[in-house]
Amino acid sequence: MSPTITWATAKRVLTQLSHDHRTVAMLVLVPSLLMVLLRFVFDEDEIFDRIALPLLGVFPLIIMFLVTSVAMLRERTSGTLERLLTTPLHKLDLLLGYGIAFALAAALQAGVATATAYLLLGMNTRGAWGWVVGVAVSNAVLGMALGLFVSAFARSEFQAVQFMPLIVLPQLLTCGLLIARDQMAGWLGAISNALPMSYAVEALQEIGEQAEVTGTLVRDLTVVLGATVIALALGALTLRRRSG
Amino acid sequence: MEAAVEVADLVVSRGGKEVLHGLSATVSQSSVTGLLGPSGGGKTTLMRCLVGVQIVTGGSVRVLGEPAGSVALRKRVGYVTQSPSVYADLTVRENARYFSSVLGAGDTTADQVIVDVGLKEQSAQLVSTLSGGQRARASLACALLGEPELLILDEPTVGLDPVLREELWEMFAALAAAGTTIVVSSHVMDEAGRCDRILLLREGNLVADDTPDALRRAAGTEDLDQMFLTLIRQRAEVA
Repeated sequence: MSPTITWATAKRVLTQLSHDHRTVAMLVLVPSLLMVLLRFVFDEDEIFDRIALPLLGVFPLIIMFLVTSVAMLRERTSGTLERLLTTPLHKLDLLLGYGIAFALAAALQAGVATATAYLLLGMNTRGAWGWVVGVAVSNAVLGMALGLFVSAFARSEFQAVQFMPLIVLPQLLTCGLLIARDQMAGWLGAISNALPMSYAVEALQEIGEQAEVTGTLVRDLTVVLGATVIALALGALTLRRRSG
Repeated sequence: MEAAVEVADLVVSRGGKEVLHGLSATVSQSSVTGLLGPSGGGKTTLMRCLVGVQIVTGGSVRVLGEPAGSVALRKRVGYVTQSPSVYADLTVRENARYFSSVLGAGDTTADQVIVDVGLKEQSAQLVSTLSGGQRARASLACALLGEPELLILDEPTVGLDPVLREELWEMFAALAAAGTTIVVSSHVMDEAGRCDRILLLREGNLVADDTPDALRRAAGTEDLDQMFLTLIRQRAEVA
């Protein structure tokens, strides 16, 4: 592993993004626009607070999942991945390079969306806004890691985008956003407990309700980071120098 | 002098079908070796074996004294795949500079290889806006970074006009004269004359392994297309 190569890779991924103005605009603005729409749909302050806050964590996960799975698929199909793996680049350089680049993009995205929610739409939380951005960025990195992993199982971009409903929607349905997790049937609760988005949403709910940094928040963030590390490790296993 | 590449009894299967059947060959250092033969003959598979990205069923491949694909070789071997493997959404210069940092070669070298392949004018252009031949050269430029001792080039001259082809072959000769070993594949027979040595591959077997002149003599013709046909017929009769 080499910090120079990792950083060069992060810079390269960001340069690729920066050439694509429309993607940058959508990356930065779409979550904020959805927040505005949400404000009109849920016209009551209390309901808006309850729905908008978890979604600030869900959006980055979905978007980074999509962007990364397609970016990585391109890397695999264009031959650039095979070329990189014949160079001194270590697999971790590539994974961390992508991680750093998308974490930076996610920080910008989450920053804008969080500012919109607090300043423009009057969202209230007991906890500090910095934690909201922090959880949003960790979710984005988790989405990126999952996207990297599933890109190995997609042969085309059609397949890659369809992994989104397969991987993300079950998490969204069971994460406690639609129905409180303690009201779920036992087996559903068990599924919910096994999926990382449940912890991300719980972390954000915790920030909404508690002024202090609680043990639950720290545990939830640890689970999200742990899931990211596992997904990255699985992703590393799919990067093979030799193929048939 | 030690051989740059030593392949012994190499057997490779792809997609459940054996595509190389116990191939043996050597490539000497500081030379241009042409891998020729019809498409589907195993040229790309053999090159993938030399770079170490191909799963091998049997036999051995040694490159610059090491097993192919070993960590020590990753800075010493440059590889250009048949379809250009550069980032379409980066400019030529950004591509070269990225691969240059990966290989530890520096920005000056990156700018130099762009000039070497004749893309100076296009260096600030996105690869996606380049013509097919220009893309191929951008891909080639990235393989020249870090002065590799062995260059594996899979059909680098496809789709290039005669002037550019001539320039590239002159560059290969110059690189070989300076000590680089080059293995280059082509299915254009008249390019065979530019090589120091030719490996003729057909259906996963080595049909011939000699200098262009010796092969012309063996086939009794000056025309390289004709030579290829004659050699294949001769071998078919023997078998």
